[in-house]
Amino acid sequence: MTSTPGSAVPTAATTPRPPEQAVREGRFSPAERWAHGATAALMLLCIASAACLYIPALAQLVGRRALVVTVHEWTGLLLPVPLLAALASRALRADLRRLDRFGPHDRHWLRAALRRERRPRPQGKFNAGQKLYAAWIAGAVLVMLGTGLLMWFTGLAPLAVRTGATFVHDWLALAVAIVVAGHIGMALSMWSQRSAMRQYPEMRQLPESGRDFKDPA
Amino acid sequence: MNPTPPDGVRDRSDDVRDGSEDVRDRSDDASGAPVGRRVVLGMLGLGAAGVAAAPLLQRGVEALARQDPTGLTDVLPAGGTFRYYSVTASVPSKNDRTYRLRVDGLVDRPSTYTLAGLRAEPQTRIVRDVQCVTGWRVPETPFEGVRLSRLLDAAGVRPEARAVRFTCFDGAYSESLTLEQARRDDVLVALRMQDKPVSHEHGGPVRLYVAPMYFYKSAKWLSGITVTEDVRPGYWEERGYDVDAWVGRSNGRDDAPTT
Repeated sequence: MTSTPGSAVPTAATTPRPPEQAVREGRFSPAERWAHGATAALMLLCIASAACLYIPALAQLVGRRALVVTVHEWTGLLLPVPLLAALASRALRADLRRLDRFGPHDRHWLRAALRRERRPRPQGKFNAGQKLYAAWIAGAVLVMLGTGLLMWFTGLAPLAVRTGATFVHDWLALAVAIVVAGHIGMALSMWSQRSAMRQYPEMRQLPESGRDFKDPA
Repeated sequence: MNPTPPDGVRDRSDDVRDGSEDVRDRSDDASGAPVGRRVVLGMLGLGAAGVAAAPLLQRGVEALARQDPTGLTDVLPAGGTFRYYSVTASVPSKNDRTYRLRVDGLVDRPSTYTLAGLRAEPQTRIVRDVQCVTGWRVPETPFEGVRLSRLLDAAGVRPEARAVRFTCFDGAYSESLTLEQARRDDVLVALRMQDKPVSHEHGGPVRLYVAPMYFYKSAKWLSGITVTEDVRPGYWEERGYDVDAWVGRSNGRDDAPTT
């Protein structure tokens, strides 16, 4: 029997964890966390190496073109691998299904987001913005992979197709960099909101309060 | 019948810990239109359409970039300007005092030129498009310098020589030409580019300029010219690029020739 120093009787129950902690631990499985971490690392390396190849000031600073090209090619090629490997996880497949399907509440969420309404918006595990981001970045990575392979293996397609692939690769890279920066920015702001709310327990449930929204339809 | 949990937080802790979906999530998220899939497929379709429409879009973007007074388009993928490529981490700067160009190999009179020495030779100015093998092209770019053939003649090329190898003071880059290519009168040891001394970023103070070939043949930071018996592949050529790099007739490309 354990006892708490300074108390005469054994403690009856362990101290419950703060609920926020429990929510955060249960939200994603280890496989999903691993896949997200690996994808994030590859994506950041891929974008950083792209910047060093493309932006003149960085290219002059870093040089080492053959090495940077190799880093860029391989991080790009490996980018989908963590997600594909983690498809073995049931939790990840379940979350992919959630991300794929848009219910009526997602339309409400998007409409409210476009109107910049500040009150809580209806959502399930993922909000409609997160769903759109996931689908867009998945499609963008596939397009970058396809156009990148056409540029890498020059024998694959005639020159006109390669020039077109370069054009799409260049412009979509810019879009991906902006969107990924937005994704990181949102995550950071959500994280700082959460830590702010840990100091005010009575507000803790505010961002999830739309979760029980039921569409009348 | 789905029993709905009374509040939005209670069930979160056992949400998907090991893949078991709770009932509310299924009714909430896992039904409905597969919009995510459509977005992914839409992106693939847009990507393919972009590849097909690229020539048209590219022309539009370049036209816009030419009229842009803000300089904003310099950082956008607009094309029509030089891009900086270096194969090493850093390249030393050379100036009037420190720069030397060595001409040696199968020659009767090996020699070393200073910048002043090169400037004292007759200068030739050539204005042609620059075409990079990665696709970008810069129209009507003036280069000015000494004809390579003049330096070769001054050194006295021996009869058994067939090729010329170029080395650079970045310590890594190299290039090669056959003797016949090297003697063309549009091959320069360039001191000026765009009517200014060749800047360090562009390979200054002295770079090679091979007008009829893809721009990787125009080695930057030129420091050595060695006459050899046969062509030795240069830096990018060991990495798969063509040695005979005629614009429009090599590297699987059909760009308009630059000469």
